[in-house]
Amino acid sequence: MARWLRGYLAALVISLGPGLPLLVLAEPDPADWDSVLKQATGQTVYLNAWGGEPRTNEFFAWTASQVDERFGITLQHVKLSDTAEAVSRVLAEKQAGNVNNGAIDLLWLNGENFASMQHNALLYGPWAEQLPNFRWVDADNNADMRKDFTIPVNGFESPWLRAQLVFFHDTYLIAQAPRTMSELLAWAQRHPGEFTYPRPPDFLATTFMKQALLELVPEPEKLYQPVTNSDFDAVTEPLWAYLDALHPVLLRQGRSFPASGAEMRRLMADGETALAFAFSPSEAAIAVDRGELPDSVRAYTMNGGTLANVSFLAIPFNATHKAGAMVVADFLLSPEAQLRAQDPDYLGSTSVLSVTALPAQWRERMQLIRRHPAAPSEEDLARRLAEPHPSWVVALEDAWLQRYGVR
Amino acid sequence: MKRKLAKKNFVLPLAPILLGLLVAGPVALGLLMILLPAFGYLPAIGQETLSWQSWTALFDTQGLGQSVRLSFVAGVVTPVIALVSVILFLAATAGTALDRLIRRLVSPLLAVPHAAAAFGLAFLIAPSGFLSRLISPGLTQWQRPPDLLIINDQLGLTMMLGLVIKEIPFLLLMALAALPQLDVPRRVAMARSLGYQPVLAWLFTVAPALYPMIRLPLFAVIAFASATVDVGIILGPGLPATLSVRILGWFNDPDLSMRLLAAAGALLQLMVSVLAILTWLVLEKLIAQGWQLWQASGNRSRFNRSLKMMGFTGLSVATVLLLLSVIALLINAFAGTWRFPSALPDAWTLRHWETTLTSLSGPVINTLVISFVATVLAVILVLAALESEQRHGRSRFTSLWLLYVPLLVPQVAFVFGLLVFTEFMHWQPGLVLVILGHSVFVVPYVFLTLSAAYRRFDPRWAQIGLSLGASADRVFWHIKLPMLLTSSLTAAAIGVAVSVGQFLPTQLLGAGRVPTITTEAVALASGGSRNVIAIWALMQTLIPMVGFILALAIPQLIWRRRRAMRSVT
Repeated sequence: MARWLRGYLAALVISLGPGLPLLVLAEPDPADWDSVLKQATGQTVYLNAWGGEPRTNEFFAWTASQVDERFGITLQHVKLSDTAEAVSRVLAEKQAGNVNNGAIDLLWLNGENFASMQHNALLYGPWAEQLPNFRWVDADNNADMRKDFTIPVNGFESPWLRAQLVFFHDTYLIAQAPRTMSELLAWAQRHPGEFTYPRPPDFLATTFMKQALLELVPEPEKLYQPVTNSDFDAVTEPLWAYLDALHPVLLRQGRSFPASGAEMRRLMADGETALAFAFSPSEAAIAVDRGELPDSVRAYTMNGGTLANVSFLAIPFNATHKAGAMVVADFLLSPEAQLRAQDPDYLGSTSVLSVTALPAQWRERMQLIRRHPAAPSEEDLARRLAEPHPSWVVALEDAWLQRYGVR
Repeated sequence: MKRKLAKKNFVLPLAPILLGLLVAGPVALGLLMILLPAFGYLPAIGQETLSWQSWTALFDTQGLGQSVRLSFVAGVVTPVIALVSVILFLAATAGTALDRLIRRLVSPLLAVPHAAAAFGLAFLIAPSGFLSRLISPGLTQWQRPPDLLIINDQLGLTMMLGLVIKEIPFLLLMALAALPQLDVPRRVAMARSLGYQPVLAWLFTVAPALYPMIRLPLFAVIAFASATVDVGIILGPGLPATLSVRILGWFNDPDLSMRLLAAAGALLQLMVSVLAILTWLVLEKLIAQGWQLWQASGNRSRFNRSLKMMGFTGLSVATVLLLLSVIALLINAFAGTWRFPSALPDAWTLRHWETTLTSLSGPVINTLVISFVATVLAVILVLAALESEQRHGRSRFTSLWLLYVPLLVPQVAFVFGLLVFTEFMHWQPGLVLVILGHSVFVVPYVFLTLSAAYRRFDPRWAQIGLSLGASADRVFWHIKLPMLLTSSLTAAAIGVAVSVGQFLPTQLLGAGRVPTITTEAVALASGGSRNVIAIWALMQTLIPMVGFILALAIPQLIWRRRRAMRSVT
């Protein structure tokens, strides 16, 4: 039965003709950049990246037009609602024995997803440090460019943007904003129902917990070790005490949490809450510009600093167009692309390039970019806390769900 | 020409087989491919021994019981409310102006996809939503939204409301399609002559005959309500979420071993849906007995008034909610800043459209191509199968149960398995696979809509044609097809609507490379503003709507000189 069914389905599909045999290309050698460029010409690169933010989508559309013009590469942005979808796909391909014709050429990821893919040998590399534009990140003086949530990158990922946790509040509703995590609790108790945070598995949930932990635990160093090295219950105890006190004064008394950062922002836009946060310094400014948030919103970071990390681009082990993927990753690292990424008129993100390492002309242009009134100040953004070991993410998520997952 | 026709006759008997396989084959394959990981076999992550481990892990999952209960309750309560509303409405309003109005609205309402309706409803009834803004601060004194848990409530009431307002038009359309076969006026007249009030007369004589004809669509509603993903995400509770939503989360978990749990969960989902249907079968028996007792009591006058009231209100409320949801989407698509108590936006803007338009074209074209090809394929296959059935007798392959399989088996349960299968076969993900995937869901609906009309078609028309010396093919092309044009087009419009709403098959079988309006809308829901989501949701509604309008307009145009042909169904 199964055999003739399979035959029937195969015949059906072959008759419709999708399965053209694909040429297996030789692996590109990033040290010989000219040969990479040559091989990349005419390739179609499938970039799998989160598609939840129209500005990012527009930025990738611009990137597509640039790499088409300069290198003859067709860039297709596959919009994901969750990066894990792409991880699942690469896994499914490996499971099916597809080692050369993967559907994903380039993938935007970091943290847990990177750790998981590395652990399962789903990534291609090393290649990233040989990119011509890699020198502008000045990795020797910026150690965070070689570490993804404490895991060594080893050239399997190319950095492309910085991100940082930023809080924002509606000054029209409540003038004072909390400047430390303990102050936040007191603030929420004074203003019940004015704050909430996304629930796991949204990454902002664990981000919020990590931010609180870093301030609440006596020995934050432990968080930079794998979670198995410490007594999880003992280390996280202050966090649960904190959340137990916080939840009753959250929006809906903590009986329901928003599913994502976008939903948290929408609650603020609807006047339901007065305080929110995002893992992108420009998010509030962009939302104000688009009329999604009132112009009385202001962004800031905590006095002791906030979590910051680097977003990377990686190539799956079975990517069909590795050369094209490298050229795109290199273009995204170019001063020109980075300048545009930092410009609040376009992406308004934070560049990974080291301003001091750049040639003078680009250095000046970087320094000239204006700051939006709703964006956090330079000093705010200078207070950065490194991401804990990725194993804490899953452990915190599980523990949270264990405690609060069933209401 | 002659030769072509002869060849076609040879192919025709194969049509029902092809139809059955296209529909049931992928489901069977998908379930098979999910069975292995559910019992611990997933070589890609080094799991190669069969075990019960994923099942013990599944049953250890926090709040699993609650998730299962939510799915199960939604699977039973939603169809009960939808069915009662539809039956009472038909009984209470037969022949009234409201009846005619709703009949006209039912197709356009069916065009609103579940996700779009859910987004609209969420904004409509949230504490800071449209209804609250309309009465604030005037009636309520609210300067800030009240802190009430309405959306994502723990009992899933809002989720069920969202499902009910979408399932009512579906069941109503199915009932309206079946009613002409029942000779309603004579049945009612007979009961009236025995002294029954109009509503009771309808309930006693028509409802028992109608019910078996809409039973399968009802089972589809049960399966859908117990396994919905998009409505569950938007309106359902989060702590914990419904079973189907959690399964999707497990499949997408970066910890790849969670896929074993997800596979087991997918089978559990199948069991929950089956259990909901079994519960329904028991309920059905009980109600049938109660009904008989009621009928046998001979009571002729009681409840007429209250039943009539219920019939009017239930469906009207649902219709108004759905319409208001669409209006809420429309307002949001043009809204600038809109602080809370303002009933209408403080500023109107076209900016959301300007920024969205550039990204709309690709997905809109994909959506049109996919839904058109899948629907044309489905209509041709269904027509061929039905014609073959009339010439060569009924085939096992077009038995309704078989065709209903994709609607009765929850999508989350087999689409992931299907993905594993296509990977295994080394089929390139893309447009062709997506179209085939959509056909699996389009065919049953097209068959359902078309078969009733086709089988009802007066055989004497064909007999006249044949007796005048025309071949069976000629009869098909020159008599049946023209007379069944309206039905075929309505079926096609429903097919398009079904195709446009598909998310899982599009995203998975297309490797995300075939963006449609629905996949874009869902991706944006994770980060986009409500204004942009509203635009995508409206586009999601617009395409099926245009389909329904065309289905109505084309016969009017073609038969503009033959009025009698326009009403042939």
